Parts: sequence; structure tokens; C-alpha cells
Amino acid sequence: MNENILSVRNLDITFRTNAGDIHAIRGVNFNLPTGKTVALVGESGSGKSVTMKAVTGLLDSNAIINGGQILYGTENPVDLLTMPKKTLRREINGRQIAIVFQDPMTSLDPTMQIGDQITEGLLLHKKISKADARKKAVELLKLVGIAEARKRMENYPHQLSGGMRQRIVIACALACEPKILVCDEPTTALDVTIQARILDLIKELQRQMGLSVIYITHDLGVVAKVADFVNVMYAGKIVEVGTVEEIFYDPRHPYTWGLLAAMPDLETDDERLYSIPGSPPNLLHEPKGDAFAARNKFAMKIDERETPPMFQISETHFAATWLLHPDAPKVDLPPELKARLLRSRKAANYV
Amino acid sequence: MSEPLLKVKNLRQHFKISRSFTVKAVEGVSFEVYAGETYGLVGESGSGKTTIGRSIIRLYDPTDGEIFFDGKKISGKLDDATEKMLRQNMQMIFQDPMSSLNPRKKIGDIIAEGLDIHGLCATKEERKARVGAILKKVGLSPAHAERYPQQFSGGQRQRVGIARALIMNPKLIIADECISALDVSIQAQVVNLMKDIQAETKCAYLFIAHDLSMVKYISDRIGVLHKGRLVETGLTREIFSNPVHPYTRSLLSAVPQPNPVVERRRHLVSFDSDNVGGDGEIVRVSATHSVLENF
Repeated sequence: MNENILSVRNLDITFRTNAGDIHAIRGVNFNLPTGKTVALVGESGSGKSVTMKAVTGLLDSNAIINGGQILYGTENPVDLLTMPKKTLRREINGRQIAIVFQDPMTSLDPTMQIGDQITEGLLLHKKISKADARKKAVELLKLVGIAEARKRMENYPHQLSGGMRQRIVIACALACEPKILVCDEPTTALDVTIQARILDLIKELQRQMGLSVIYITHDLGVVAKVADFVNVMYAGKIVEVGTVEEIFYDPRHPYTWGLLAAMPDLETDDERLYSIPGSPPNLLHEPKGDAFAARNKFAMKIDERETPPMFQISETHFAATWLLHPDAPKVDLPPELKARLLRSRKAANYV
Repeated sequence: MSEPLLKVKNLRQHFKISRSFTVKAVEGVSFEVYAGETYGLVGESGSGKTTIGRSIIRLYDPTDGEIFFDGKKISGKLDDATEKMLRQNMQMIFQDPMSSLNPRKKIGDIIAEGLDIHGLCATKEERKARVGAILKKVGLSPAHAERYPQQFSGGQRQRVGIARALIMNPKLIIADECISALDVSIQAQVVNLMKDIQAETKCAYLFIAHDLSMVKYISDRIGVLHKGRLVETGLTREIFSNPVHPYTRSLLSAVPQPNPVVERRRHLVSFDSDNVGGDGEIVRVSATHSVLENF
């Protein structure tokens, strides 16, 4: 018995493209403790969506898995990467691990009634009569907060607003009572007011159904709201991992510093935003040493030669930066960030 | 205060979908933008913010209302001279840098298109020099002029979009959600760039966005749009410290903060959108802050 319902170990994935091989995932490790929410944070191209696709068995056909394991289950963990595709589809996808996609405008079938879309998975995975499946679908619609559920069953997606469509997508995902819900930027396409409601809904459902949630996003504000643990990804690697408090109140990796400082903050009146110079590396040409070194003003000589290992800061907090090496010089946080961290710690009474 | 650079009076924009159905996207919006300032227009999707931008720059023909730009009326039928003036002095930066640049044209030609149309460069050398200079200003290199859009990242393409708008030396730039398609770390770069350019060229921005926190950084004044009406306008400080309209309050309460403990404690200010809307009286909170009382 272990406490993690999902563990990703040394995941390594390359994409074969016309331009050459892209080493998109370069050794990713993370755990999803049962009943908790783990966030994968990063910019586009950091590999967060590819990791999600590997977990859900949706990798494109040009992906080559060079190695690693994705262990699912607490009692007798099974490796999802070596499982035959057919078993994966029948036993795991939808049934155990379900996904909420980013854009509710495109993830629903425009020619199918809402009711049929929700029952589709149920009829496929469970021995259940059509009438029972529809009954269950109405319950699900009520669960995700859709008024007049019975009437909505006959609606088509275009008759609903964006927020309602995302609720429908969540209902579809929850139909077979999965253990893990993977949310791939579920609110990026929505307005802030709707976003806040959807996030509250996911949290409430998690509490009711004991779901474990993987949350993929680039928005640190959303992470602060939903996550228990945070994995910060950069160029196909996890560069910092910790509890949400550790990442937001005591970040150690310069990339996390940059991300936090670049977030506009409603509390301050700073005239200028801190921005991370440059742009993420192209993994077609794999960077040598620390991939972030070129954008990091604290980079040292060793960053150009050797990839930093994960240094441990606390039981749950790790970061991959040479700055944490005992021989490294002490660096001061950028002043903008220092002031902000102090303020946010104070607001949260965090010591 | 001096004459406003842009004055929008009672702008209405309706779209006739069928004989019996008209979308009333903008229902009587009035505001002013002064030279050299940034006016932030905020609202959720469907509130009419993009439509306003497009009506002002005359991508749409306004149904009703008047628009004055630099003292000239630019609503209604445009004569050649006014149109020329408008096209030279008002420019737009579009939302999606992936789809707003012609993939078959070189960056240099995209940027210089305005110069070519208005015949502003006498010689090829002058054209090249101006394109090079503007590329440098937005943080790219003059050598990039020979490349095609697909060779650039999203952030770089949006810089090209900014360069294209800037080369005409416009007095007003309409920036329609110009950062929402970019990554967080790149958003900050682009916003800082826009601020630097404004300090240098004294151009005014009409900054259209749904992301309140970014709007706060860049805007001097803010207008909050809801269902095609401006429900609250004021200085940025006033809107953020003393929101009055329930819609503004709910918007502010929904912006996620990068602070987990605070975020967990926070409660959404709910907002009954069915009972809010329609016409109302405009009430002054202060000399610069006013609210539409339709709640």
C-alpha cells in the first residue's frame, strides 16, 4: 500500500518530426497522492500537456517513449506505459482516469445532444441500460450545477454558454466515477467570473467523490486556488516541486521566481512588471547543462556544462538549481519579488 | 483639461443577423481618450469590448453615435482626406499574433505595408532603414525583416504586430487583447515594451482586455463594460480601491491571486446578471469616477 495513486517515474519522450527529433520530456518524476490536487505549471512548450497525454494514453503517433514508468493504483500498481492499448482503453481511460479538456467549444460534439454525450461513456464502459444511463446523466447534470437538467439533456452544445459547456464536459468526465481527473487548462478559454465558479465546482466535486486531480495550467493564480502540490516545469523537466505554500511563499528556483514576479498583483502599484528575458529554448536543439541558464541572471559557469540535480529543501520541497549547492554563492532574491513574498506571507500569516 | 484625442459619444453597434433578430453588441457607449494616456476597456466575452475597438477604427460602420478623433468627425461617411488621416494616425494590434500576420509575406513587407500604401518612403533605402529602426525598437533585429512569420515565436510575432502599428507614428493604438494569447512570462515583456514605447512616442492606447490584473498595470483610466454598456468608469486606482457597480465587484473578486492561503479564504462576490442591465442613470462618485445605476 502506498499513498500515491499515480507515480510518474523518469518519463522520457521524443517526438519525431520533419524538422528533427524533439526531446519534449527529459526525465519527469512526480507523484499524485490519493485525494489531493497536483498542479503542473509551465509555459507553452514546457511539456506539461505532453505529460498529461502520456498519463491518459493520448500521445500522438509520432511520440517515442524512451523510458520511464507511469504507475497507477495504490495496492498493486500497474505501469500504464507497458499496458496493451486495448486494455488501457477499456479499463483505464474514462473509467479510472478521465480528462477535462481545455476548450469546451471544441471538446463537445456539435451534432450530438448533451444527454447522448454524457451517456456515451457510461454505455461503453458499464453494463447499464439506456434508461438507467439517462437517469444517471440527469443526476450528473444536477451535480455539476446545471438547472433544468432534464430539459438540457436534449440541447445541443451550441445552445449553451461557454461556462455551461465546460460543466457538461466535467459531467462527461465524471460519468464513470473515475479515480483521477486530469484537468488540462479547463478555464483558460473562460471569463474570470466563470473561471472562479468552475474551479469551485471542481473542488467541491473532488471533496464529494474523493477524486485525485492533476491540474495543468500556466496561471499561477489558478494554482494558488486549487493545488495542494505544485510541479513547475521548464523545457521538459520539473525544476521545482513542493507544497503550494512552499512554492508561493518560499520559492527556490530562479524560474519560479521569474514566474511569480511576472504575475501582476492587485495589491501593488509597481510601475513595471518584472519579466523573464528571452524565450523558452527550442528542444529541437537540446540545451546543454541547465536549460534555464540563458534566461537566468544568476547563472553560474557550471550551469552551462552540467544539468543540476534535484536538491532537497524540505521533506516535500525540491528544486533543480545549482544555487542550492552548498558551494554556491548566496544570492539575493530580486527586490521586487522579495517585497512581494514578504507581503504575501504576511497576508497569509505564514512563517 | 485639453481636448480629448478620441471622443466616443453614444456609440451603438448593432448586427442584423436575420429579419427578426438583431444583436445589439454595443448600446450607447461614451468615453474619451486623451493624448498620451492609456484607457483600459474591460469586460467579459460578449460584453462588446472588441466591437467598440473595431467600430472606432471603422472596421465596422457604427449604427448610431458619433466618434471624433483629433478634432475630426470619423463616424458616418468618410471623405478621402479624413480616411487617410484616420488610417495614418490610428492603428490596431490584434489579439492573435498567429493569425493576424500574412504567412506568405516577409516580416519587413508586413511592417512596411502602411508606408507603401501611403507613399511615405521616397527610396528603398529609407524604407529599409525605417523598418530596421522599428524592429530594433520592439526588441527584434533588422535582419529579421527577411524572415517569414512562421519562423517566430508567439511573443516575437506580437512584437511584429506592435512594430506594424508603430511604424505609422500613430497618435492612438487600439490594442485588442494583444497579450491574452501569450505566455505569462512573455506577457510581462510585451506590456513593459508597450509602456516604454508610450513614454518615448507619447502615443495613446485603447487597451482592450478581460484580464483585470494586467489592465491595472498599464492603464491610467478604466472603463468596465457589461452587456454593451459602460457600467463603471474611473481612474485605475478608483476602480480597484472603490468598485461600486456589482459587476465590477464580482469581476475583481474573481481575479485569482498568487497567494494560496488568501485564495482559499476568499469568497466570490456573486452577481445576479439577470437582474442587472438595461439603461440607468449615470451617477458620479467623484470628478473622475462614475457608475451606471442599472442595478
